[in-house]
Amino acid sequence: MNQPSARRAPFQAGFFDIAPILVGVFPFGIIAGIAAVEAGLDSIQAYAASPIVFAGASQLAMIDLIGRDAAPIVIVATVLVINARMAMYSAALAPTFRDLSPLRKAYGSYIITDQSFAVSIVRFDQIDETPSERFSYYMGASLGLWVTWQIASLAGVIIGSGVPEKWSLDFAVPLVFMALVFPAINDRASTIAAVTAATSAVAFVSLPLNLGLLVASGLGLVAGVIWSRE
Amino acid sequence: MTTYSPTLIWILIGLAGLGTWLIRLSFIALLGRVATIPDLAMRILRLIPPAVLAAIVTPSITHASGTFDLGTDRFVAGIIAGVVAWRTKNVLATIGAGMSVLWLLQAMS
Repeated sequence: MNQPSARRAPFQAGFFDIAPILVGVFPFGIIAGIAAVEAGLDSIQAYAASPIVFAGASQLAMIDLIGRDAAPIVIVATVLVINARMAMYSAALAPTFRDLSPLRKAYGSYIITDQSFAVSIVRFDQIDETPSERFSYYMGASLGLWVTWQIASLAGVIIGSGVPEKWSLDFAVPLVFMALVFPAINDRASTIAAVTAATSAVAFVSLPLNLGLLVASGLGLVAGVIWSRE
Repeated sequence: MTTYSPTLIWILIGLAGLGTWLIRLSFIALLGRVATIPDLAMRILRLIPPAVLAAIVTPSITHASGTFDLGTDRFVAGIIAGVVAWRTKNVLATIGAGMSVLWLLQAMS
């Protein structure tokens, strides 16, 4: 109970706890908007993925693949593989959401992100609240992120059409992924998975249909699982 | 630049959105019928972010010119940004370092 946010109403507390994280989300959203415009999407479609998919890393990967005319099935499969991790969050939130209305379950699910999940699970662990209060806290954090993502990606779409190509802003996309990959590497299994996937991706870069990403990711997962068994 | 029609792109965005929502809803909707995620599935799910993100990043710097080439500005900038990402785990610092080095190298050539 030593967090300052513990004294606030749950919804506000969620918003305050996620606020520092939003600083890093904003440039990520701007880049997603710019990348979508540069991939050749019209403005409405470039923005539409933000409310419809609402999952940054997968949106960037999808935009990259669309820009290269990858096979449609590969594009959708890549998005779903990247977002499969959210099944873990769904399982961890399920006990809290159990007795909520179907409507709350529906939009509460839609708005799950890495960041709002992370702050919520810490709160649930530390403070004893009713499921409804916990849901309010979770929505405060999640809506803070949602609104930030929408504004940032919309700003990116608007800026996108005016950015000169010589600024090479498309390079910001792999830079974002780079900033995301290192926090995800935190033990031996994840290190092996990342190194295997990285080297395989280079080896399989010319596979047809842009399948290289999926094949390399799969090999990384297999290697990581084998090593984590020991 | 894509040559795909707006209709196809709408379908792709729609399927990606629907599939992602179903993943997010999965255990929240199933609770009561499915108790827990099997241990192996849990281990695989945990490894997806490092594997997929690493697989996306590397070709973008090793194949920046279209073929394998470790002499490009993007490879050098990418390696420096990688070190910054590893040490700081900060999105802004990583983008800042990578873009600055790239612009500097492009200005010098």
